[in-house]
Amino acid sequence: MTVLGWLQIAIVLALVVVAAVPLGGYMARVYAGERTLLSTVFGPVERGLYRLAGVDPAREQGALAYTLGMLAFNAAGLVLLYAILRLQGFLPFNPLGFAGVSPDLAFNTAVSFVSNTNWQSYGGETTMSLFSQMAGLTVQNFLSAATGLALAVALVRAFARSNASTVGNFFVDMTRSTLYVLLPLAVITALVQVWMGVPQTLDATAAATTLEGAQQTIAMGPVATQMAIKQLGTNGGGFFNVNAAHPFENPTALSNALEIWQMLVVSTALVFAFGRLIGDRRQARALIATIAVILVAGIAVAYWAEAAGTPSLLAAGVDPAGGNMEGKEVRFGLAASSLFAAVTTGLSDGGVNAMHGSFTPLGGLAPMFLMQLGEILPGGVGSGLYGLLVMSIIAVFVAGLMVGRTPEYLGKKIEVAEVKMAILAVLILPTAILGFSAVAAVLPTALSGLGNAGPHGLSEILYAYSSAAGNNGSAFGGLSANSPWWNTTLGLAMLLGRFAYIVPMMAIAGSLASKTRLTASTGTFPTHGLLFVGLLVGVILILGGLQFFPALALGPIAEQVQMLAGKTF
Amino acid sequence: MLAQLRPAVTLLIAFTLLTGIAYPLAMTEVAQALFPAQARGSLVEKDGVVVGSRLIGQGFAGEGYFRSRPSAAGNGYDAAASSGTNLGPTSAKLAERLKTDAAALRGAGVEGQIPADAVTTSGSGLDPDISPANALAQVARIARARGVEEALVRDLVTAHIEKRPLGVFGDPRVNVLALNIALDAAAPQAPGRPAPGEAAPATVSGS
Repeated sequence: MTVLGWLQIAIVLALVVVAAVPLGGYMARVYAGERTLLSTVFGPVERGLYRLAGVDPAREQGALAYTLGMLAFNAAGLVLLYAILRLQGFLPFNPLGFAGVSPDLAFNTAVSFVSNTNWQSYGGETTMSLFSQMAGLTVQNFLSAATGLALAVALVRAFARSNASTVGNFFVDMTRSTLYVLLPLAVITALVQVWMGVPQTLDATAAATTLEGAQQTIAMGPVATQMAIKQLGTNGGGFFNVNAAHPFENPTALSNALEIWQMLVVSTALVFAFGRLIGDRRQARALIATIAVILVAGIAVAYWAEAAGTPSLLAAGVDPAGGNMEGKEVRFGLAASSLFAAVTTGLSDGGVNAMHGSFTPLGGLAPMFLMQLGEILPGGVGSGLYGLLVMSIIAVFVAGLMVGRTPEYLGKKIEVAEVKMAILAVLILPTAILGFSAVAAVLPTALSGLGNAGPHGLSEILYAYSSAAGNNGSAFGGLSANSPWWNTTLGLAMLLGRFAYIVPMMAIAGSLASKTRLTASTGTFPTHGLLFVGLLVGVILILGGLQFFPALALGPIAEQVQMLAGKTF
Repeated sequence: MLAQLRPAVTLLIAFTLLTGIAYPLAMTEVAQALFPAQARGSLVEKDGVVVGSRLIGQGFAGEGYFRSRPSAAGNGYDAAASSGTNLGPTSAKLAERLKTDAAALRGAGVEGQIPADAVTTSGSGLDPDISPANALAQVARIARARGVEEALVRDLVTAHIEKRPLGVFGDPRVNVLALNIALDAAAPQAPGRPAPGEAAPATVSGS
């Protein structure tokens, strides 16, 4: 680890906060339905869309109708994307003549992009036509992110309102998220990325004759427009097989900093918007502090472990100061690769700029563990905030148990219904991850997909289901996941991790909205101070850590011990 | 649920047209007008022939060229099939490969500690850069192959070192294609002499 490396990490994180505060203020106005700078441009488009769709923007929905609207929209998106992928052979913009995608891969990919996971069992440049990339995948990059934003805003309104029967209108929140937040940011940052070297063309390849006379076919396409929303919407699905390690997705160390900023900015801004929407910005600062503590710890572990290198490298006579460069790009180096890895998993982005499967055992444990914590640091756009709020409900419940009084959060009494639903939601992750992993670990069909032997093989399984159930999408890429077993079970894990979590979360929203918002009394446990931050960090780590610790002990931790003993597999 | 179907389907179609067709196509026009070179893949031409992309690595086998890092993309630097090895830190296959490649470098006269990027594969398999240390370690071999002073080659390397952007971000690097083009201009190889492609750690088989 170097001072320069840490300086780089600090600058990127500081730039995120600097931008997220005003962006959060802007987003709060967008979701309050107020006029903004962009209303002149997008106002007519917005009203036209509502007229076409038969949506009355003034008519709000209760939590149940809101959830059903969201499910209908996502189900339609799933069907359309599945159809596009299956039929891509007959659709336009297919210069390389790719055939339709197989049923299990199309199912996996459609679920993956609709659930904001963007797990990819395929290599983009060898599988997807430009039409599939644009009209299929890019669209869901926007809409899955807008869905997450809408759901989080609904939960925030449930806290902010008193004795209310509605939490907003899903179609309005989703439309406004896309038009006023995601699309403008995507347009601006996509152009910056092109300037930095990301291609934006309708040619699928360019041909080159190298200095030594060899022929090189260079895959490209409309990369920048997909890259921009992939990062802003914490989607993470790459245009190319190797994602943001590909020089066309991430050409320089500056574009790398921009992409890390893009990943973090909307989710972080949403936390600040939450503070404004509930009228107490101290609450947002407490959540930001919680995020910062765990995320920076994750970055530190990954950076330290990667800088330490591996015995295999030392045995070959490699400069120990070089660290573990297997699977990493020279232009990024150790610090920027470790930062990207921790951020992409603390969020639910899942884009990668280095191959996590080639990280050292502890360097790979950091991103895996961050996913298992529920990707709430600050998490996917929308999904991160509602995940954090569910954790906060559990934290005040735990505090209430200790002092023996009814817990309150943000002025709402947390009672049996909310706690039951919160526990139900947080049980989805361990059930999906550990359940599927346990079966895969003994099933020959599943094991045949592994690319590494020994404990690293188990890590590949654990990482895959953590990534899918957490809606992350990054991978230990040694796993060949494009087989019916992996495509199907990972698809199911993604569906569970997304929608089985959302339903109880929205039940909490419905229940909270109808309650009276109380003013804080001297007996109220303050949820904006250091004590609460400590409690919330503890709940996140203990709830996340303890249930996954046995599995991690058999995977990355066992591998670390054996690696240091000089063992290879 | 049925009442929700009309807005769900209508908005899905509308946003598919807006974000899936209009957004990428309009942005393609704008990007090609503002930044034509980058938008088309930062292609590099030499004497009117496209010799590669500045951003995409390529394998160099000849003794007289700077070599890129080992690559797992296809059969090595396949720019239509990016890939890392995804071999883990305790992989016996990786340990074996590191040893073999390190031995090859020793055979080529590299002394002292081996630069980390010289024997490791990149994440993309298309890394266009090598570290300055890796480039400097190849100077002696190239000067020998081209029959020129080491100082000339070393000066070329120094001139091609790209520092960290803004002094902080990423790591210093040398673009292999740019360096090799400059090398051909400064110290042309004897015409008609094919580059001898000896066993070099330029490629690894994909895994």
